[in-house]
Amino acid sequence: MKFRDGIWKNEIDVRDFIVENYTEYSGDEGFLEKPTESTLKLWEKVLVLMDKENKNGGVLDIDEKTISTITSHKAGYIEKELETIVGLQTDKPLKRAILPFGGIRMVHTSLKAYNRVLPENLNAVFNYRKTHNDGVFDVYSEEMKKSRHSGIITGLPDAYGRGRIIGDYRRVPLYGVDRLIEEKVQAHKDMQRSAYTEYVINALEEISEQIKALNELKEMALSYGFDISKPANDTKEAIQWLYFAYLGATKEQNGAAMSLGRVSTFLDIYSERDLEEGKYTESQIQEFVDHFIMKLRLIRFLRTPAYDELFSGDPTWVTEAIGGMCVDGRSMVTKMSFRFLHTLINLGPAPEPNMTILWSVNLPEKFKLFAAKASIETSSIQYENDDIMRPQFNDDYGIACCVSAMRIGKQMQFFGARVNMGKALLYAINGGKDEISGEQVAPIIPALKSDLLDFDEVWERFDLVCDWLARLYINSLNAIHFMHDKYSYERLQMALHDEDIFRTMACGIAGLSVVADSLSAIKYAKVIAVRNADGMAIEFRQEGDFPKFGNNENKVDELAARVVKMFMKKLSTQSMYRQAKATMSILTITSNVVYGKKTGSTPDGRKAGEPFAPGANPMHGRDSNGSIASMMSVAKLPYTYSEDGISYTFSIIPKALGNEKKQQCENLASLLDGYVKETGHHINVNVLNREMLIDAMEHPEKYPQLTIRVSGYAVNFIRLPKSHQLEVINRTFHERF
Amino acid sequence: MKIKGKIHSFESLGAVDGPGLRFVVFMQGCPLRCLYCHNPDSWHISDARFQLTPEEVFEKIHGVLTFIEGVTISGGEPLIQADFCCELIDICHKYKLHVAIDTSGIVSLKKTKTVIEKADMLILDIKDVINDDCKTLTGAGNESCIATLDFCKKINKEVWIRQVLLPEYTMKDEKLKMLGTFLTNYSCITKVELLPYHTLGLEKREELGIENKLSKTSPPTEQDVIHAIDILKGFKKLEDIIS
Repeated sequence: MKFRDGIWKNEIDVRDFIVENYTEYSGDEGFLEKPTESTLKLWEKVLVLMDKENKNGGVLDIDEKTISTITSHKAGYIEKELETIVGLQTDKPLKRAILPFGGIRMVHTSLKAYNRVLPENLNAVFNYRKTHNDGVFDVYSEEMKKSRHSGIITGLPDAYGRGRIIGDYRRVPLYGVDRLIEEKVQAHKDMQRSAYTEYVINALEEISEQIKALNELKEMALSYGFDISKPANDTKEAIQWLYFAYLGATKEQNGAAMSLGRVSTFLDIYSERDLEEGKYTESQIQEFVDHFIMKLRLIRFLRTPAYDELFSGDPTWVTEAIGGMCVDGRSMVTKMSFRFLHTLINLGPAPEPNMTILWSVNLPEKFKLFAAKASIETSSIQYENDDIMRPQFNDDYGIACCVSAMRIGKQMQFFGARVNMGKALLYAINGGKDEISGEQVAPIIPALKSDLLDFDEVWERFDLVCDWLARLYINSLNAIHFMHDKYSYERLQMALHDEDIFRTMACGIAGLSVVADSLSAIKYAKVIAVRNADGMAIEFRQEGDFPKFGNNENKVDELAARVVKMFMKKLSTQSMYRQAKATMSILTITSNVVYGKKTGSTPDGRKAGEPFAPGANPMHGRDSNGSIASMMSVAKLPYTYSEDGISYTFSIIPKALGNEKKQQCENLASLLDGYVKETGHHINVNVLNREMLIDAMEHPEKYPQLTIRVSGYAVNFIRLPKSHQLEVINRTFHERF
Repeated sequence: MKIKGKIHSFESLGAVDGPGLRFVVFMQGCPLRCLYCHNPDSWHISDARFQLTPEEVFEKIHGVLTFIEGVTISGGEPLIQADFCCELIDICHKYKLHVAIDTSGIVSLKKTKTVIEKADMLILDIKDVINDDCKTLTGAGNESCIATLDFCKKINKEVWIRQVLLPEYTMKDEKLKMLGTFLTNYSCITKVELLPYHTLGLEKREELGIENKLSKTSPPTEQDVIHAIDILKGFKKLEDIIS
């Protein structure tokens, strides 16, 4: 049986192939199969390895003697006879590779943390070869270094791989590598006719690099005994080809987030055909999927302890977007969407791949209930609003990292971490000085006239600080991404993109609810600054009550929206590297803890050092009208001013969703429908008992697979540091007795 | 002057107090003193955190309309503020919201008839089927509760029955059988829920310095709950509505 022809035949257009060929599935989960014997055996082996890794301080093994490239390592297996989908980052499972081109310093620090040393011959390479990190620090200004040090800008990808680039890994199974190379060669030829401007020379060099990477990819696959130069012929090959493409990317780049894209419905086209032709049974297809997902769960990067503190739980963000609607009105839910989610049952819960459901109110009801059930049973799923993203990104976008939508193969972003808005507000109150070091970090801001804070006065100064911050922030990002392109270009991932790329400069903010509540306190109650001998406001006294973000009260919700719009407008007026378009996210990952640690007391009553709320969440314990009111406050934040995503984490005890499982599923699905209708963008759903988390802290061995969602991703709870575990437990659990 | 409700708190995500997702208004004030009460801060009407008109309360409900199927007025004991409840129900009905009243039925029917007629359903907490035991458990008898249920039967008002399963009090085989026999008389009942006693409210009691007479009572085990449900399932009419 042949696939239906279309534009995709003549040019690289995976979306067209999908839309022409996929079969929507609106039935229930009845067709799903249990794990096979060999799946169970294989998974058992992986669990043993993961347990060893955990007991070994989080890292099982490192190959510090080889610089990782697409072809650097010989083929590796877990247990060859059992594996239907093969391929590892190094020669052994969970053995981490070194990828030094983002920054050699980071490799040294990471190795030192695990008592290893880089061999002299490899170290010598970097006497002759610069890394991205070296490049950035060659051009950083004093002001940039100071802001980075004070923590008003944090998490910048200036010493590690920026990530957040999604290669269109589906192109490899659909077209075969040879065809992709042909297209790139043609693009190179076409471009040779242009005037050799800086733009053209740059593009020519990049395309050449891409072609080399594609050739190396073929070579790597051959080492496993597969020729991927031609298109895949069936489900097994399609998954294998696709996985090789993704694996190649992870051998070349240790990007902060290495997302997968949107592959399930693409793969379903192959499995529908195989089922119809009787080539594979449902059980065999589920086995391929289970083995594929198992491989994704094994993806590891070598990180430094400082990095782990910021992004806890060893995340890799292998984000896979599932579901959503097609612009022709059909849902894009297929049997494969079910099979992917079903791995959470077959193999048990896990943080990776980061299962992301593109939710629309029009998704098939049975799929909605199935997803809700998987959420309730595993707390491993996040949801993002397809109804507000589709108009912007069409129907073939994926999610990079946690919340960043991008058209697959057509768009990339320059990851920009985030600025600390809580600190920015304090700079406004303290004349541009850092409240912790006392250093003048921002330019001198006129002092406030009175210690009884006046809203207009504070806002005026906050606006000034943000002017300075937006300019400095974009300048820093320009420097970072210039150097990343120069010294650590993502050859393979970009080879799986069109030549003409839409780029965004993905900025972010942290501490929004702290700032909103602080402004609300200043406006609706009395806030008096208590200053130390140096005139620094170190504490704030509140008199009277004030509306707090998270209670669906417009007075304060509007202040939050005002901050978002104000800062976004300032970002978009800056000049961006490679004509990128500025976007912004309200996302912290787990850095809300570190941000809080580095920020003094704030006017809302939060004490110095206390964590911020994650992402766009209301502050812990201040949302007192239940979680729908809390969701509403978040949903009101303007997505058009925060197109890189607005993250909200929602935790609830099972009983608060209803007395019986069926009722709980229906209620959760209704909640998600409501949130999406109210234009909420992203929601993490945890359905857990607080007692269980406390027990897991004390007896981690009982909960090897306990997964929870934190801002934008999922983590294995027992792998979080204690401080983060406590933060999660203390965070508002929506419960009622 | 406009009537103001004395209110304890709000819950925008109610999933267990009536059908579907609901907004729950917890009214302040309750004449009962149940031994297991886990919200003793809702007893005295003068402790109300909010005093709001029905319109002001509806503002809050209006903010989450997209999510909810209905509203539940709970407490405390909502029916001691019957007039307020009536007005709030009228507004909700204008917006086609289903309204449930979560009550112990302690307030005399004379005062509550109009609200019960207006509401779409009642969630009625039968504290104890034996009058004397009910007095020990709550400080008041069950006559008014039974009269309320009789009235619901008469006007064919849908009722969900609740009872807290408390060892040595309501959790006795013979008492559960009595409850079963009693409930089969009422065709207006569409659901019966047994709520296992829990100790999560103990801290609140301690904070408020209220003596805990149940300090030696431990919550029912999972087996206990299944056993109790099985007893009620023994009654044909209850078989499908008990949980």
